Amino acid sequence: MSVRVLRCADSGVLVEVGGLGRVLALYAALRADPPDGVTDLVPAARTLLLSLDPARADPDAVARAVRAAAGRAGTEAAPGEVFADAPPVRIPVAYDGADLDDVAAHTGLTPREVVAAHTGTPWTVAFCGFSPGFGYLAGGDPCLRVPRRAESRTRVPAGAVALAGEFSGVYPRESPGGWQLVGRTEVATWDLDRDPPALLRPGVRVRFEEAG
Amino acid sequence: MRALEVLASGPFASVQDLGRPGRAELGVGASGAADRGALRLANRLVGNPEGAAAVETTFGGLDVRAVGGGYVAATGAPGPLTVEHGGRVRPVAANTLVRLPDGARLRCGVPDAGLRGYLAVRGGVDVAPVLGSRSTDTMAGIGPDPLRPGVRLPVGAPSGELPAVDYAPVAAPESGTLTLRIVPGPRDDWFTDAALAALTGGPYDVTSDSDRIGMRLSGPRLHRARTDELPSEGMVRGALQVPPSELPTLLLADHPVTGGYPVIAVVVAADADRAAQARPGQRVRFRRSPGAR
Repeated sequence: MSVRVLRCADSGVLVEVGGLGRVLALYAALRADPPDGVTDLVPAARTLLLSLDPARADPDAVARAVRAAAGRAGTEAAPGEVFADAPPVRIPVAYDGADLDDVAAHTGLTPREVVAAHTGTPWTVAFCGFSPGFGYLAGGDPCLRVPRRAESRTRVPAGAVALAGEFSGVYPRESPGGWQLVGRTEVATWDLDRDPPALLRPGVRVRFEEAG
Repeated sequence: MRALEVLASGPFASVQDLGRPGRAELGVGASGAADRGALRLANRLVGNPEGAAAVETTFGGLDVRAVGGGYVAATGAPGPLTVEHGGRVRPVAANTLVRLPDGARLRCGVPDAGLRGYLAVRGGVDVAPVLGSRSTDTMAGIGPDPLRPGVRLPVGAPSGELPAVDYAPVAAPESGTLTLRIVPGPRDDWFTDAALAALTGGPYDVTSDSDRIGMRLSGPRLHRARTDELPSEGMVRGALQVPPSELPTLLLADHPVTGGYPVIAVVVAADADRAAQARPGQRVRFRRSPGAR
């Protein structure tokens, strides 16, 4: 696959890959054998960041290794192919989110159809980011694609279940947030007394269910 | 020493080591000391491994009592230091090995320059690690709570010999205008050509809206050439991220793993520690790093 390699001074190499499937394919290729001095791999929707230890890494050598890995990598990968298959997680949701009607209006569905679409297809965690334990769930029903809210909320409660772009997510703790809120769950997605603390780790499959 | 008893924390103090890199898969950032060089130096002075946990202060103000005798060293911008023991108060120097007898009290004043101080104790601060580090990540809410009066910080067993050198000659934290070297990108193409010139033209002032996550700067606005939404992407320490205010935020130790605003330039790693010592009101200038592409 062709990639665009951008530099973050001597602290990182940001690779523009295009789409999530391609990000995961490159991530899989680099994760098994990361270049010298790479301290972290940060996959995201369109990009893969390699964080560097400036004392050990040569960004030019890392960029070469990235291009070589991109040459070897397949063109697309699904989260399930990249990460060990984790047991599926069921997440009961009360679908009373503040943006449910807006999501319905945006998608041309009724609120009931939004709920049916959200619960009808399994999702898989593609990567984490934004805050600890915030998993970006991909692979859901494509008719649920909605933009982020025009105005971010300063406070989104813990357990809020939300949509943005091709992703769904569950806010692990109260935080600011700009995703469209469709419901809420009692399931704790981040618990430091649990090992690992994140419930929604990359590769975990998720089934949302309407809470009874 | 068995413990350090906190009598006062100053405006903000926390336990920091070299953080928890390698956990982005869980959405957890590296965190760790904001001025890593100062932490390493403090640990070397007391004969600890460089990454042992120590206390990071902000604007000084720390006041601690030694429970059991032992050695400490303060580096960075800890403020003027005094030791009180047996009714006598004596000044002690930063960047120096200091012996604290049992019951002695070490006080940090307010630094004249710089922002963050590091107090290492021989044996290291031995609070329980979380996800492999004793650092407080203020953004993620991971690690020990920030220090409060009454907290007792346990001290670990010393590992190596005390070093033969008990004083490190280091430059004092800078007052006046701080010049930081940058490399444009990764998203300089999201800005007008004039924006990069404005960034290096400066100067910028460090605002009081600054913490361990990032330093918000006021100065020339950086206009975008593209106004579409950037899909969130990974962020590095030292990144100059530009939110819709068009004023840059310099990301520090507790920055989130990913961010949704474009990064116009990144401060070179060698200057990231100096950036973490910039205090609100201080002036900062950015210069393109020579030789960088």
